[in-house]
Amino acid sequence: MSAVIESHHDDHHHGPAKGFSRWLYTTNHKDIGSLYLWFSFIMLFVGGAMAMVIRAELFEPGSQIVSPEFYNQMVTNHGLIMVFGVIMPAFVGLANWMIPMQIGAPDMALPRLNNLSFWILPAAFGVLLSTFLMEGGAPNFGWTFYAPLSTEYAPPTVTFFIFAVHIMGASSIMGSINIITTILNMRAPGMTLMKMPLFVWSWLITAYLLIAVMPVLAGAVTMMLMDIHFGTSFFSAAGGGDPVLFQHVFWFFGHPEVYIMILPAFGIVSHIIETFSRKPIFGYSSMVYAIASIALLSFVVWAHHMFTVGMPIAGELFFMYSTMLIAIPTGVKVFNWLSTMFKGSLTFETPMLFAIAFVALFTIGGLSGLMLAIAPADFQYHDTYFVVAHFHYVLVPGALFSIVAAVYYWLPKWTGYMYDEVLGKTHFWLSFISVNLTFFPMHFVGLAGMPRRIPDYAMQFADYNMIVSVGAFLFGLSQLLFLFNVLKCVYYGKSATAEVWEGAKGKGLEWTVDSPAPYHTFETSPDLTNPQTNN
Amino acid sequence: MSSESSYYVPASSKLPIFMALSLLLFVYGAGYTINDLGKEDSFSHWILISSFLLMWGTMFFWFSEVIKENDKGMYSDQLNTSFVHGMSWFIFSEVMFFFAFFLALGYVRIFAVPWLGGEGEKGIANILWPGFEASWPLMETPDNERFPGAHHNMSIPALSKIHTWLPFWNTLCLVTSSGTIALAEAALKKGNRKGFKLWMVATLTLGYIFVVLQSVEYYEAYAHMGLTLGAGIYGTTFFLMTGFHGFHVCLGAIILTIMTIRGFRGAFSEHEHFGLAAGSWYWHFVDVVWILLVLVVYVF
Ligand code: HEM
Ligand SMILES: [Cu+2]
Repeated sequence: MSAVIESHHDDHHHGPAKGFSRWLYTTNHKDIGSLYLWFSFIMLFVGGAMAMVIRAELFEPGSQIVSPEFYNQMVTNHGLIMVFGVIMPAFVGLANWMIPMQIGAPDMALPRLNNLSFWILPAAFGVLLSTFLMEGGAPNFGWTFYAPLSTEYAPPTVTFFIFAVHIMGASSIMGSINIITTILNMRAPGMTLMKMPLFVWSWLITAYLLIAVMPVLAGAVTMMLMDIHFGTSFFSAAGGGDPVLFQHVFWFFGHPEVYIMILPAFGIVSHIIETFSRKPIFGYSSMVYAIASIALLSFVVWAHHMFTVGMPIAGELFFMYSTMLIAIPTGVKVFNWLSTMFKGSLTFETPMLFAIAFVALFTIGGLSGLMLAIAPADFQYHDTYFVVAHFHYVLVPGALFSIVAAVYYWLPKWTGYMYDEVLGKTHFWLSFISVNLTFFPMHFVGLAGMPRRIPDYAMQFADYNMIVSVGAFLFGLSQLLFLFNVLKCVYYGKSATAEVWEGAKGKGLEWTVDSPAPYHTFETSPDLTNPQTNN
Repeated sequence: MSSESSYYVPASSKLPIFMALSLLLFVYGAGYTINDLGKEDSFSHWILISSFLLMWGTMFFWFSEVIKENDKGMYSDQLNTSFVHGMSWFIFSEVMFFFAFFLALGYVRIFAVPWLGGEGEKGIANILWPGFEASWPLMETPDNERFPGAHHNMSIPALSKIHTWLPFWNTLCLVTSSGTIALAEAALKKGNRKGFKLWMVATLTLGYIFVVLQSVEYYEAYAHMGLTLGAGIYGTTFFLMTGFHGFHVCLGAIILTIMTIRGFRGAFSEHEHFGLAAGSWYWHFVDVVWILLVLVVYVF
């Protein structure tokens, strides 16, 4: 059965400017949201191509296709691009599109700054990619760029990497300031904090995390810059510093960063599950408190990435227990999603499929995280493919699936057209199968001791690696289907209704406006003080 | 669309794209300039310089535009609240930037240096440089050839000699200036423009004295104390922390100078003076950072 309601069309004025300059000069949250999303989509294929090189090299043991030096550059840039160029910009794009619509605001609070935040990104990644053509090659020290590999032993292009990270950070900070200001200051009258949609809540807290930790990353790369070029000794024990200091500063940023990449996903999945269960979300306020406590805890767990560097036993214990504590609010969320589906009248359109897969597969990632959190066990797992399996489970069928789900869920609202459901479901099943084919066997080779970030491996890992590579190629190809489906929707899609989904009634302000949403959604905010007008 | 009650959303703007372009130039300019340090025939600093010119030019036009729009009455109260939020969160991000350096200093002093000296269960690190003794300020580094330690440090002297110690005067300047800028704001709110201008000039004078004294201190460090960036972790943390703070004082001083000039030309009213207020928050922030810095860098 179809949950899509027939369409009707309204005319609207105040269109966008014509021509390419529209995209350069725009201050419109929807334009900027689209820019972010397309940028992220392009980078997904760039970073994905790098992953294909990695998997081709690892298809068989022995040195196959690329040199070890180039392999290192691939691993590094794959990680950097996926984290900073795909997941984060995609969430910011979704925030741009949806937050003003969901809170009934005319636009983002600081529209010109919004445009700047976006246009810094192509500059930063243009620089990063251009280092491939420079003397010494692109950065090759891993996305975590540990000193002294990234300082004393780094290629000269590290300087460009450092400044690229600086402006990328500036973009994130400005973007977050904009989002947080929009949420705190631009809500429609009557929308109290505890009435905000969960996606908005998740972004409020994410933006706070970003403003808190991006400057710390800026500090870390600044220390690197000084060590490399100006003779300081932050990370050099010879001068009284400590390479481990780098890891502390980096992970003080890095762990909250991984939650930055998952909290908005929590918001998205909550919306999709409640829509296709035709029930309000179970435990709204516990969802809010869970997000908030995850965010707070994420500041005190960073050294679980460093169990093996030689911390005092008190440190090992503290970070072990604090990390395990995070599993509690995370569990609350998973149980809330399950309870929302429980006895709901479920339908399984593409967004719902991705959302359910998210819940199942993210939980696998969470559980392997819990295993890694056990300090003595982590001595075995650390720096093996088990860690790679863990974070790919939380990031690919986790963060990335939520983004894909969000695109399918809101695309009709953005474009006014429906995507092709059959293609969508095909995309889902291919992705679902291949993602598990790719990342599940990594658990096994990891537990058996296969180290990460090495272009070669021992014979006994050969079979699993071949399966992994096949899965990865399939996953890569399936995403072309996604691109095709989006383009098909934009150019040939059938018209969508204002409500789009049968279950979307009463599930937020975005479903009360036309599809496509008018260029300026709420020139005057809707008044929600009277509960009748809410839905 | 430009009435007092509705939220002003500019139709489109060329300013951001120029700003982004200047940042692109900046990354290439700064990267090549730093990588080419010591090379004679490098022209890369021109890229860097042009990026700054473009950046400052864009900022000038950006702020002028905002002031113009505000004067035309296009900004509602809600929009002004957005500015307040924006500025507060920006200052929070700056706080976190300093936090990274405080974290580094704390880690080095509490863990790294004592461990290098053989303390605790990680004392094994002492094998690398046998005979190295931990102390703070760290005057003799583990590898004293590569990172020759300083022969004098900046720590607080005996109380009787406090007047010879520059940071004492610096602290006095900054703390007083936080007071004078508060007085300037209070005067402005009461409509006392003369008092406002007077206290602004006083604030600026104190700010500039701070910058001058800080430069004198750096000169002393390099010329007479052997305290340099390369003097091991003490020099490293000393210069980076006071340096970034000094940089922020300069930034604050520039902001306040512009606000003062605008004030002398008749800008700001009793109720509307967000530019000034934002500048003054920034100044208080710089002051608070200084006090923390004096405590952990100079005193304890
Ligand atoms: C239940 C929650 C989680 C726990 C207990 C947990 C625990 C851990 C631990 C202990 C490690 C370090 C493993 C090692 O290097 O030996 C780790 C690595 C990692 N985790 Fe998680 N994690 C959790 C959730 C997440 C989430 C939600 C994300 C991202 C969305 C994430 C992303 C990562 C990444 C990227 C790494 C590897 C970083 C690297 O070394 O490159 N984790 N996790
Ligand atoms: Cu972590």
